[in-house]
Amino acid sequence: MFLTEEKIKELTKKANDIRQSIIEMLVEAGSGHTAGPLGMADIFTLFYFHVLKHNPSDPAWEERDRLVLSNGHICPVLYATMAHAGYFPLEELKTLRKFGTRLQGHPHREYLPYVETSSGPLGLGLSQAIGMALADRMDKKDRDRFIYCFMSDGELDEGNSWEAVMLAGKNKLRNLIAIVDRNNIQIEGFTEDVMPLEPLHSKWKSFNWHVIEVSGHDFRMLNEVIEEAQTIYEKPTVIIAHTIPGKEVKEFERDYHWHGKPPSKKEAEMALKELRTLGGKIKSEHQ
Amino acid sequence: MLNPKLKLNPKIFNSDVEQIPIRKGFGQGLLQAGETDNNVVGLCADLTESTQMNLFADKFPERFVQVGVAEQNLATIASGMAAMGKIPFCSSYAMFSPGRNWEQIRTTITYNDRPVKIVGSHSGVSVGPDGGTHQALEDIALMRVMPNMDVISPCDAIEAKKATLALVKTGKPAYLRLVREKTPVITTEETPFNINKAEIFWIPDVGIAQAGIIVTGGLMHRALLAAKELELEGIKTKVMNLSSIKPIDKNAVVALAKETKAIVTLEEHQVAGGMGSAVAETLSQNFPVPIEFLGIQDKFGQSGTPDELIEHYGMGKDSIKEAVKKVLKRKI
Repeated sequence: MFLTEEKIKELTKKANDIRQSIIEMLVEAGSGHTAGPLGMADIFTLFYFHVLKHNPSDPAWEERDRLVLSNGHICPVLYATMAHAGYFPLEELKTLRKFGTRLQGHPHREYLPYVETSSGPLGLGLSQAIGMALADRMDKKDRDRFIYCFMSDGELDEGNSWEAVMLAGKNKLRNLIAIVDRNNIQIEGFTEDVMPLEPLHSKWKSFNWHVIEVSGHDFRMLNEVIEEAQTIYEKPTVIIAHTIPGKEVKEFERDYHWHGKPPSKKEAEMALKELRTLGGKIKSEHQ
Repeated sequence: MLNPKLKLNPKIFNSDVEQIPIRKGFGQGLLQAGETDNNVVGLCADLTESTQMNLFADKFPERFVQVGVAEQNLATIASGMAAMGKIPFCSSYAMFSPGRNWEQIRTTITYNDRPVKIVGSHSGVSVGPDGGTHQALEDIALMRVMPNMDVISPCDAIEAKKATLALVKTGKPAYLRLVREKTPVITTEETPFNINKAEIFWIPDVGIAQAGIIVTGGLMHRALLAAKELELEGIKTKVMNLSSIKPIDKNAVVALAKETKAIVTLEEHQVAGGMGSAVAETLSQNFPVPIEFLGIQDKFGQSGTPDELIEHYGMGKDSIKEAVKKVLKRKI
């Protein structure tokens, strides 16, 4: 669906709000992951406010698209986006990682049935998405909706990821669209130092996937490649989305140390100020 | 004598008792389940024929997924299909599934509470010549420790078929443990089978039993032979078929302990964490009695014929008789 200038402005504002929520949640929780959620905020925003067929007031709506989050540790962005989309109150975001919360440290669908699967242990999401896509094909529903899988680049170290890549290529799952968050970092460093993934594009291609590379922060281009993926008829598609970990907070950007830690109170204040003033583009938080 | 209420195979003690691999019953059960329920799907990791899923795959190719030699994928794809309303049965050798893909099963199937049925064939030392790498001796422990997971280990092919059909309807995850080798047919189509219900296959001719033998899986025939010989020697026993290890039939296990005050457990599995451990957990909290545990005693398997290996690792008829005599001496 075409993105108007007006819609892009609206999405930009929403993504900023979601990033603020992520910072607020993490500082309140006192633990959790910062870089990945901020880096994926634009993609989550585009999906929940433009791409996805879903209904926040009827989360179990049978006809909905399925979005599987494979790298569950970036769940602050999932929870924040879902709350902003109306699945549950924004207030609840402050319960992240606390005893009794629905917002478990990694998503658990027993606690929060609105998520399509529990996740956290890496390399498991794509094959679940494949199972969903296969089931839809069996039921002749593969033209009615898409199965999306959001995954990280780091989890491509997992053997299970490649078992899944191989099977989806074999089965020509046109109703499956994977989005790899290519942010180049994992816990202990840069992916190319820890375990090189490149040439990533040709790896996926050689397993009979349609491969597209795009900036993960440009709504118009992202939207175009998603539409392209939806038109590919004989293959599953992977969108390798190049993102900046920690995006929109200069202090956090491109630094792998922010993979798995939350901001301190002071760092959070700094980050929120930066987000509210759009990185200094406007003078005051209230402008 | 055989419990007359259960309509067991009257030819059990004949030398020409019919022998069928337990896995065959699964294959037939899955085929039947496929005919009656369109949501049943099959997934296999390149072992379709040896796990007997080929019957289903040939009849319903559109509902069968060949994943290749990739057991981690096997479990996780099944979870995704279950999320869309399917009832997936995924089969491989027990050593590889649930052996290799334990965490996949935990995170995507039991943690998610998806009704995926893990079918592990070729369990126990009776796999034989393939040797220790292929003999799953830890799988009951691996599966019964997981919340939401049922664990069923049928005693023969007929029970395996009934178990397969019953698992279609439970709406939750399950592990179905199968044996490769031809196994004497113990039950008949008329023998009752219910998940969560243990049955007493052997009872004393008269009077109360002095010891209870609790068996799971393909060793039942040996237990019945032992019980018959013990009866001739004047030792009265009851033999329980505990094919449903989880959920365990607590009432039946406790009742057997109350009657006999001495228990022997028998399984083709490590004694640590297996069916015997489940019995001990139940009895120690409700009615503690001495227990002798027959099974693998903290060892790996090796090559050999099934009979040689079962004898070697102390699960044969004579070992069962010895264990009964030993536990009788330990009675308090």
